[in-house]
Formats: sequence, C-alpha cells, structure tokens
Amino acid sequence: MTPQAQLLKKRHRISAAFKLFCLSVTCLAVSILGILILEVTLLGLPWLNADFLTSFPSRFPEKAGILAGLAGTLWLVTLTAAIAIPIGVLAAVYLEEYAKPGRVATLITINIANLAGVPSIVYGILGLAIFVRFLGLERSVLAGAMTMSLLILPVIIIASREAIKAVPSSLRQVAFALGATRWQVTRDHVLPQAMPGILTGVILALSRAIGETAPLIMIGALTYIAFVPEGPMDEFTALPIQIYNWTSRPQEAFHELASAGIIVLLLVLLIMNATAVWIRYRGSKNKFK
Amino acid sequence: MEQVLRWLFFACAAISVLTTLAVVGVLSIETFNFFQQVPAADFLFGTRWTPLLEPKSYGILPLLFGTTLIVIGAAIVALPVGLACAIYLSEYAGARTRDVVKPILEILAGIPTIVYGFFAITFVTPILRTLIPSTEVFNAASAGIVVGIMVLPMVASLCDDALRAVPNALRDGAYSLGATSFEVTARIVVPASLSGIFAAFVLAISRAIGETMAVTLAAGATPNLTLNPLESIQTMTAYIVQVSLGDTPAGTLSYQTLFAVGAVLFSMTLILNLIANAIMNRYRDVYE
Amino acid sequence: MTQPSEVLLQANAVSIAYGDQLAVNAVTLPIYQQRITSIIGPSGCGKSTLLRSFNRMNDFIDQVTLTGKVTFNDQNVYASDADPVAVRLNIGMVFQKPNPFPKTIYDNVAWAPKINGRRDNMDDRVEQALRQAALWDEVKDRLQESALNLSGGQQQRLCIARALAMNPLVLLMDEPCSALDPVSTARIEDLLFELKETLTIVIVTHNMQQAARVSDFTAFMENGVLIEYGPTETLFTNPENKRTEEYVTGRFG
Repeated sequence: MTPQAQLLKKRHRISAAFKLFCLSVTCLAVSILGILILEVTLLGLPWLNADFLTSFPSRFPEKAGILAGLAGTLWLVTLTAAIAIPIGVLAAVYLEEYAKPGRVATLITINIANLAGVPSIVYGILGLAIFVRFLGLERSVLAGAMTMSLLILPVIIIASREAIKAVPSSLRQVAFALGATRWQVTRDHVLPQAMPGILTGVILALSRAIGETAPLIMIGALTYIAFVPEGPMDEFTALPIQIYNWTSRPQEAFHELASAGIIVLLLVLLIMNATAVWIRYRGSKNKFK
Repeated sequence: MEQVLRWLFFACAAISVLTTLAVVGVLSIETFNFFQQVPAADFLFGTRWTPLLEPKSYGILPLLFGTTLIVIGAAIVALPVGLACAIYLSEYAGARTRDVVKPILEILAGIPTIVYGFFAITFVTPILRTLIPSTEVFNAASAGIVVGIMVLPMVASLCDDALRAVPNALRDGAYSLGATSFEVTARIVVPASLSGIFAAFVLAISRAIGETMAVTLAAGATPNLTLNPLESIQTMTAYIVQVSLGDTPAGTLSYQTLFAVGAVLFSMTLILNLIANAIMNRYRDVYE
Repeated sequence: MTQPSEVLLQANAVSIAYGDQLAVNAVTLPIYQQRITSIIGPSGCGKSTLLRSFNRMNDFIDQVTLTGKVTFNDQNVYASDADPVAVRLNIGMVFQKPNPFPKTIYDNVAWAPKINGRRDNMDDRVEQALRQAALWDEVKDRLQESALNLSGGQQQRLCIARALAMNPLVLLMDEPCSALDPVSTARIEDLLFELKETLTIVIVTHNMQQAARVSDFTAFMENGVLIEYGPTETLFTNPENKRTEEYVTGRFG
C-alpha cells in the first residue's frame, strides 16, 4: 500500500471516529430526558393518588399532599397572566406598530434583550425590595404574581413582536386605505392575525412562571401553608416550592413525595405545551397568506 | 383617542425600562448602604464569608470561588457535549433525526430548574459518592454537572444556529478538494462559525452563574475558599436564597449583604450577556 | 485539436434523480484528455447535476439517486469500493460563485496539500498554483491577507489555484464566470488555454460564445437529455439536431 493510500485510510478512520463520537454524545444528551423521567416516575408514581392531590403538607409523609401548592400555582399563574399578558402584548404593539424607529425604540429593544438574560433570582431580589417591602404587599400571591410578571415580560414581548412582525404589511395598507385608524387596524386586523403566535409565546412564558422557584423563595413563599388562598392578598405556596421543601429534607420518603410533586408539575407543563402546539397547528391552517 | 392609546402602549413598553432602572436602583442603594459599614476592599478581596455568624466577616471570595467551581463543572459538561450535539445535528443528521432530537432538547430546556436540583440530589450525588467515596453529601461536582445538563440544550441550539449559518458553498469547496467530513467540519465549518460558538459559550457561562435551585439543593451552604469539587461550597445565588429563607429584618447589615452579593451577580451576568450579544451581532453580519 | 487524445473520464448511461424527479436522463458523454469540453443548455437542463456527478459532489444532496457508470481511468467512481475522497483528489472543481475559505490567501491554497500530508515545499506549491492560476503577481505581497478582501475575479482565480494545488488530472468548472465582470471573464478564459497543456477541463456554461471560444468539444443538453455532442466547431456551425441549431443561434434558452 502506498503512503498516500495509507494516509487516506487513516483520514477516513479519524473521520468515522469523529462522526461516531458526535452521534454517541447526542444519544447520551437525549437519553438524559429518559433517565430523568424514568427516575421521577419510579420514585413518585406509587405516591400519586387522590389523597396526594387533596391533602395539605404534613410532617408525616403518608399524610402529606400537594393541594396547597397546586392551588397556589393556579392562583399565581392566573394573576401573572392577568398582569403580564396585557402589558406584554401592548408593549409589543407599541414597538411594532406605533414607535418610530429611532433611539427610544432601540433603547427599549436592547433593554428587553438584556432583561431576558437577567438571572431569575435577581427578579426575586427586586420583588422582595419593591413589592414585599416597599409596597407592603407582604408575602401575598399578588406580590409573587407581580414579580413573575416582570420575569416573563421580556419573553412575552419578544414572542409577540415576532408574531406581529409576521403579519404581512399589505394587510395593514388595505385597512389604512379604507380609512381605519392605527388602533382599528391593529385591533381588527393585525392582532387577530398574530394571535396564534402571541398565544404560543404567552403559554411558553407562563410555563416558565409555573416552573420558577428562586424568585418565589426570595419573596418568602417558603412557609408552612395548610390552606388554599382565597384572595390575592393571602399567603401562598406553589408547586415548585413544595418540591423544593421535600427535596431538601434528608428522609427518603420525602424525596419520593418530591417525585410525585414533580410528576404533577411536569403534567401541568405538558398540558400547557400541548395546548401551545395545538394553537400553533390550528393557526397555521387558517392564516392569511 | 389615538393619542391616549399611544401613550398607554408606550407606558407598557416603558415598564421594561423601569424594571431595569428598578433593579439597578435597588441594588445600588442597598449596596451603597452596605459599603458605608464594610469597606469595599474587605468585601471584594476578603477570604472569609461569615455574615450570619460571629465573628462576622464579609469577604465575597469564597462565594466567588463557589460560583466559579459550578461554572467550571457546568462548562466541562455543557460546552463539549453541546458543541458535539450541534455538529451532529448540523453536519450529519438527516431531517428526520433533527425532527426527533430538536424537540427533545427543547423539552430538556423547558424542564424547571427545581427538577434538575432534585435530579442532582437523588441521582448524580449518589453515583458520585459510589465512584469516589470521599465525596461529601453536598458537593460542587454534582451541582456543576447538573447545571451543565441544564444549559446544554441552549449551547446545542445556539451552536447549531452558528454552524448552519455557514454557507454550503464553503462545505462544497472543501469537499471538492478531497477532504473528509471531519476535515470539512473541524477545519472549515467550525472555524468559520467560531464567533457564534463563542457567543453560545459565554451565554452558557452567564446562565450557569445565575443558576440557583440546583446549587442551593446540591452544592451546600458552606462558603468555602476551595477548588476541590468534592467539597461542600456555597455560590452567590445559594447565599442569597439562604438569607431570604431566614428571618432577616430589613435595614440590617445581613439584609444588605443580599443586595451587595446580588449586585455582583447582576453585574457579572450583564457583562457576559452584553459581550455575547456583541459577538452575535458581528457574526450575523458576516454572511449576509 | 490536432493530436488525437484518449478518453480520460466518461459518463455511461448516467441517470440522476432528485427524489422521483429525473434531472439527467441516460447521458453518455466522453471527456478527452487535455481537452476542454463544454456542456451547454438552458437553465435547469441538468448540466450542473451531470458535472457534479463526475466527482460525486451530488453525494451531499439528500435523496439523489444515480444509475449508470462514471468511469475515470476506466474505474467506476460509483463502484461500491470506490472512495469519493480519492476521486476528488484527482478531479478538482470550481463553483459558480467564488467560495474562498475565510482564511488567508496562502492558507486557502495550502489547505488541500496540508490535509493530505504534503507539507514539504509548501511555499513552492502555493507559488506554483497561484502562478498557474495567473494570480501570483497580484497577490505575492499580500499572501497573509484574508482571501475575502480580494475582488470577485481574483477570488475565483484563487479558487482555481486552490484546486490546482493538489495537481488534479481533471478540473470541473460550474459556470465559473457567471458572477464575474467581462474583464475577469476574459482573464479566466485565457487561463483555460494555458491549463489545457496539463489538465483536462469540463466547463458548464450558459454563455454560448464562451463555449465556442474556449472548448474543443461541446455537449448540448435539454431537459436532462444529451441532445448533441461533437467537436465545438461542428456543433456551432453545422449541428445535426434542429433543437441544437435553434439553441446555438439564440432562438431560445
């Protein structure tokens, strides 16, 4: 065999080895999801029953349940949606439909991009200083929802802007030509067209709010709560907080409870994301082309 | 009417700017108060962090070391694995494989951090302690690995974007010269997308610095000036959580440490994010 | 076109399909050694696809299937034990748009020899390739500058130099002048005559004047079918097929 042919053989071997390496690493990364789900299911499934869903936390693992966390999370996500969706979507409307390109618009855009990268715990510090202490909202669901709203606003604004941008400008021009005002054009034509995209973004943002733990701990949601909040000023706990609490205890039984809690949390997220996929699918079917 | 709405919408957009101002304001004021009592040099260069115990000491270096250990661990896991995944997706995988792998990575990216913290405690730590019995119950390695897993999908997806931005004409040119796929990838495509890959790495490090729940659960609460990943440590984020869990009255020095540490954390992530954005804007211009 | 010549490369009943769309239909075409063969035809006629099959560049496009044989030195380059990398070392290629690597001028030319372990006398190799591509005088003082700083015509000659650095036997050119101005085009055409001394060249072009000027043989393709092939002069002055006549006289295309 000539040296040239030998070298070529070696180069082919290196190339094949590299491809195999990338493939195995990818398989490994993908299998993490499987391991995670398997572990959580094996540990938590036996605990997952009606009692678990309808009981309050307890010092005794057999009696403990997720009701307070589940109710708190529902309260939290509802209030967060009520605050963050209008502000986020209208901010996107301003930036896409109203703002003149210029320094102010650029400043806001850069600012939003940077906010999206701020660690969630920093939002927790902000919530603690402003909402809990300064505004005196104490450890209420409202304080939590306001903190979460600030956290997910960048996500909602960025996604809504993308959706609004995707609406063809010919549609706006037709409406303007008929004598509509900017708001009429936005309300009657642009927003309905952009709605599937906006909703997808909103759901993804709310999923994030459901899973976030650190900001809630910062505003003091980690307390023993054995009731369901009845108003926005009540104290609360949330699913991830309850999971954190159980995970941080040394006893194995509490870890199993945490697994059961994680299953509930992941199911809630799964339902939300399935909804987002469904909306995207439906939106792509009847869209102005 | 139009004018009123315009101002209303502007106010909504302005909230984002107000948020930034509020973050900077809150952190600055309390940090300023903190520096009234603790000299900045003691804070930045001190080697003991015991603000909640006597004798009190406010040197942030142990927390910085803790965060650094986590970042190193996360980087060792996420950067090579993320890049290799991206290379596989962009250079080798067919459309069908991409359609399977990409959604799985998206799901991994969407799993709440608390779940990863649970995973660290109940899965990674026991394995580490079996492999290396001297490993402490709470240790930096386990948390670092799990933070690496958390940021892995982001690294893979951003690197994939960067690799796919390289025009196919370059790959054709290299293949036509008799190169193997490894040579095309490693010597043409990766170097051509280096700035995008670098930006992804910087963002990943920024995320690892700000990660809270996994490190709070798995890495411990011992401010420890060590580079041994098998020991218990405390990160900046974990310290912030620790203070907020306790009953620390507003206005006290311990309460202010929370903001001083938060200010350091915020500045570090902000600088890294700005760097990453600057790099990305530059590489997007190259091939357009 | 005076000395007889051997067939170096040949397509034998080659058909190429993208999915179930036939792009090249049973084409048989000989390529003579040290001659320039041009392939002409309207856009979408399959001429580029055929060209890329000579050095297996279609391997990188999803769902491409090829039947028939491409022989190089009487070896089927699509045989199951044929190595596409080895094939491409002998058959170089220049593309429609200049595609220099984002590296220095020197490294562009030195890249192929380097990965093939031919690191000796690299400076000489680079100089020789750049001289062959008639680029040396323009770049000899700026070899360490980025190749992306060169003009379009210079970039294309750099790509030719890059391909020549491995001393291939065949050079495939896929509309190499379509992105260039007339002056750059003329330089590359001059270059082709010089390269013919040592190289076999296949050039795909939609510019009939170019085919008439530079090539010894011309093949005319339409809808994936080879309509007519012959010495360039015959094909342009006295074509056998009516479609060929209509095309070369500019009645369509």
